[in-house]
Amino acid sequence: MNHDPAITSCSIDGRAVFAAPKLGQCLRTFLREQGALGIKKGCDAGDCGACTVWLDGEPVHSCLVPAFRATGGEVTTIEGLGQPGALHEMQRRFLDAQGFQCGFCTAGMIMTAAALDEAQRADLPHALKGNLCRCTGYRAVADAIGGSVEAQEDVAGQACGASLRNPFGEAIVTGHARYTMDLSADEPTLEGLLHLKVLRAEHAHARIARIDRTRAEALPGVVAIFTWEDVPRRLYSTATHEDHLVDPDDSYILDNVVRFRGQRVAAVVAESEAIAEAACRLLVVEYEILPAVFDPEAAMRPDAPVLHDKGPATLGSRGNIYAEIHGEVGSVADGFAAADAVHERTYSTSRVQHVHLETHGSIAWRDEAGRVHVRTSSQAPFIVQQKLCHLFALPARAVHVFTERVGGGFGGKQEMITEDLCVLATLATGRPVKWEYTRQEQFTAATTRHQMTTRVKLGATRDGTLTAIEVRVVSNTGAYGGHAGETLAASLGGPLTAYRCANKKADGYAVYTNLVPGGGFRGYGSSQTTFAIECAIDELAIKLGVHKFTIRRKNMIRPGDWIESVWSDPSDVDFGSYGLDQCMDNVESALASGRGAAKPAGEAWLEGTGIALAMLECGPPTEHRSGAEMRLVSDGRYHLAVGSTEMGNGSVTSHRQIAAELLDCAAGQIDIINADTDRAPYDTGTFASTGTVVAGQAVALTAAALRENLLGYASHHTGAERAVCRLESDAVLCGDRRVRLAELYAAGSAEGHRFEAKRKAYLSPRTVAFNVHGVRLAVHRVTAEVRILHSVHGADIGRLINPMQCRGQIDGAIGMGIGWALTENMIHDDGGAVVNPSLRNYRIPAFADVPPSEVYFADTHDRIGPLGAKSQGECAINPVAPAIANAIADATGVRFAHLPLTPDRIFADLGPAR
Amino acid sequence: MDLHTIRELRRPISAGSIDEWRGGYAWLAGGTWLFSEPQPALDTLIDLGGLGWPALEVSADGLTIGATCRVVDLHRFAGPAEWHALPLFRACCDAFLASFKIWNAATVGGNLCMSLPAGPMISLTAALEGFCTLWPRHGAPREVPVADFVAGNHANVLGAGELLRSIHLPASALRKRAAFRHASLTKLGRSAALLIGTRDAEGGLLLTITAATDRPVQLRFNAMPGVAEMRGAVECIAEARWFGDEHGSAAYKRHLALHFAEEIRAELEVASP
Repeated sequence: MNHDPAITSCSIDGRAVFAAPKLGQCLRTFLREQGALGIKKGCDAGDCGACTVWLDGEPVHSCLVPAFRATGGEVTTIEGLGQPGALHEMQRRFLDAQGFQCGFCTAGMIMTAAALDEAQRADLPHALKGNLCRCTGYRAVADAIGGSVEAQEDVAGQACGASLRNPFGEAIVTGHARYTMDLSADEPTLEGLLHLKVLRAEHAHARIARIDRTRAEALPGVVAIFTWEDVPRRLYSTATHEDHLVDPDDSYILDNVVRFRGQRVAAVVAESEAIAEAACRLLVVEYEILPAVFDPEAAMRPDAPVLHDKGPATLGSRGNIYAEIHGEVGSVADGFAAADAVHERTYSTSRVQHVHLETHGSIAWRDEAGRVHVRTSSQAPFIVQQKLCHLFALPARAVHVFTERVGGGFGGKQEMITEDLCVLATLATGRPVKWEYTRQEQFTAATTRHQMTTRVKLGATRDGTLTAIEVRVVSNTGAYGGHAGETLAASLGGPLTAYRCANKKADGYAVYTNLVPGGGFRGYGSSQTTFAIECAIDELAIKLGVHKFTIRRKNMIRPGDWIESVWSDPSDVDFGSYGLDQCMDNVESALASGRGAAKPAGEAWLEGTGIALAMLECGPPTEHRSGAEMRLVSDGRYHLAVGSTEMGNGSVTSHRQIAAELLDCAAGQIDIINADTDRAPYDTGTFASTGTVVAGQAVALTAAALRENLLGYASHHTGAERAVCRLESDAVLCGDRRVRLAELYAAGSAEGHRFEAKRKAYLSPRTVAFNVHGVRLAVHRVTAEVRILHSVHGADIGRLINPMQCRGQIDGAIGMGIGWALTENMIHDDGGAVVNPSLRNYRIPAFADVPPSEVYFADTHDRIGPLGAKSQGECAINPVAPAIANAIADATGVRFAHLPLTPDRIFADLGPAR
Repeated sequence: MDLHTIRELRRPISAGSIDEWRGGYAWLAGGTWLFSEPQPALDTLIDLGGLGWPALEVSADGLTIGATCRVVDLHRFAGPAEWHALPLFRACCDAFLASFKIWNAATVGGNLCMSLPAGPMISLTAALEGFCTLWPRHGAPREVPVADFVAGNHANVLGAGELLRSIHLPASALRKRAAFRHASLTKLGRSAALLIGTRDAEGGLLLTITAATDRPVQLRFNAMPGVAEMRGAVECIAEARWFGDEHGSAAYKRHLALHFAEEIRAELEVASP
């Protein structure tokens, strides 16, 4: 009775396919093997919808469909829906409204949207239940499906400041854009491709006594197995920064001590993923179990088990305290003595995961000359290159690291967590090696936002003037200390700087525990303390009977103030512009407008309003630099190479716009490549709000230099005065004479002139940006359901290089902030295992969870940032959670100080109706 | 996701042809759960797709739902006008965390056999007093009430290799007036509590509590209970039944159940229009 589906024949996008899927294969991987690379893997479990295709006209999640079920069927993927130049209506709509950022969810989003009937389109919260987007906050998705056209035309001389489309948008909406894992099977560099899988620790803290690999090695198809005995015994940090000293070298590629459940124990490379997985199951590991500690306060006690014994290299650290930061300006003792009211409370924030839709992954291979190439999903390819050189004792020229399109980052890819093993394996075997994280591994073995517990004490006089601010932050960095020091410093920085107060004090501790490590995450430590302080300011205001806007306006930083947290050393932060006052006014008037949804009927619903503000120093205090190169090419177009990564932040769009402004051309005249250690100049990485203020600055300097080059040569070429020469679109106007750039190029080249420029930018001084979030919401006093009725946001991000994109970044940050506040929480069991490592059980906001927000931009033009712009993508998340918490407190009269504010965590404390 | 350990795919045209059963076998219906998690213990999939079980059969006795009936078919089902409980079909489909695209593949029987506390097809068929017809690998078919079919979180009464063939909803239950309440920690998310009340012509009330409890809990009242009686009955549910997980703590779910039970009671207490 057995039917071997030896040959499946189906049609994929109208093309007949005769191939046999593997017996347990799902349709997603089968279709990708057949070259349909537009289909993406977000979760591989049916939760995210990135793999949506139509099977015989019905939309399905192809990761859940057994491949054999497509036999005789007709499959339509994003690539069959429409083509570049011949877009399907829904693809065009997503392009016109830019209903995407990183674009990784887009194929599935469009395949779903294009299948909706009218009733479903009228009820997107239901219809898009099965499509998760981490970037957009869904507003742009709704715009796209509704057919609104947000994008503007690209006009020479007006490119900067216009809502231009993403230059790769058409490729994204048609599924032609290539992400890290989108390599066709016949790609020559992948001949002999091996697949890597990792066996992960089953204990939170243990020493590996022995690994028996006999049975695993005997499995046909296994090519190599690596354990701690097979790797260079060289310490490093997976975190990426320009300054390698800011993160502790506390990791080995593979270690003989595991410090969290999920840590790498062994890596297997094999002819297929299936064999590699099977071999992992055949490895027998003997552990000597060590005592584990999960609570950072417990981990600080003298009797706690110590995770790292790193010897004298870690001068200053003691026990599990990796980093300790203290500071005081003025005297908080005096400040509290002078206060009429003091408020003190402990607040805490939760561990959350970035959930970029594209999981971590990389592919490494060697070319004939022996050079190693690494194609990776990274926010910092140049630092990855340096770290690989360090680990494998290779010269920089021997390693090439690059990205294709990156499917989201949010700080999660400011980390080297796959490249090292792929390179190790490719060096050992001589063959290409690919490793792609599963969604489960993202939760159990990547990084998270640092969980922080913050004691805040505020003092103020009767009129609401702050007399003292004191905080104590304990950050749980988990098993490894990457980003622990920097996030701790950030947690004691901006949130305290935002308020002018003569007396401030902070104590911070970043503590090792046996949990999955913390890492960089949008908001980077600042989010956590902003939550605590903004909640505390509200509580203080209530105590004093001062309005929430009043207390903030009275105390918030303003031009002329010294920009200072708790350290009095000189700082390179300056007011390049100031728009916090406008943000406050905009949010206040929007909340007062009465717009938004009405309170639901019934006395069980309680209504409240909350606000919070946040301040960002645009760029990290650590070193950060970026370079760009630009040249005119023979057809009169420009070529721009910039090192920074595009992962949905929009930098390839905005960088072209910055260059276009300086060259008086359309953005479309500029071709761009980025994030490639061979083809672009050095860039520290796209993180810490540097995509505009550092990489954008490099682009601006480079374009300006190229303009001078062009005009100088044009003046020489035509004999016109330099002063009467100017660029206009694809030509130079030299007085009355118009010389096309292609013509200029030909003339110059003939004379040996080179039309090119290269500049570098270094981040100093740094300017400041501000965000204010306001929310009106309703809380059901019985079910504890929270409904956001009106969400408003004021952003002071300087000049808007691309308003549509700026708005999208802020919408996305708000959506992520709503997730942090209301839906997301990584739960660990008593043994340190993540209980909910899937998108089904760890709920990032879906369409229904994120109401549209009104976003108001302050009218500012920064004198430090490039062309008046400031950082935009990061800080908007910071005031969202405290604004929500403050609104819930306003509605219910009860303060909830610990994120997340899920109904089951708050219901018991809700009182009866007031 | 790919199930890498599958070595054999069997596609029988009659269930009887699978006569022996061993560990490593799994029946494959829609596949929406099987393919959503690694299944390293499985080596053989036995496809139910070729068995040709009818999806929905209406008779004077009621509605028989084939185990392989897709959720989307149930969602689209329009039955006789006197089946007042039919709005529950859509309400329960909408209570899935999964989207309508999953409904295109997922089956009603699959949801029962998963036996998760929050399985909305369990809520629906238990509340409508459904009976499961089970086909053991050997021996005669047997019938089990849906409410007894699910034995706990991810546990049911199926023996090794035993098949859920169909679920029969009696017309008497389908004719009842019904009230539905549901809550989730996130909007349109997985149920933290899903309660259904049905009222018969004689004024009796059947309250079915799911999602909040590890298996369906049914409270039957021969006459419409008062506030205190309802509350007392819910409070009497054994502590161990309240099921806490990442979709809601046990205490919260119990709290919701008490609240929704009263809302349902109050709604159904009012004489039908």
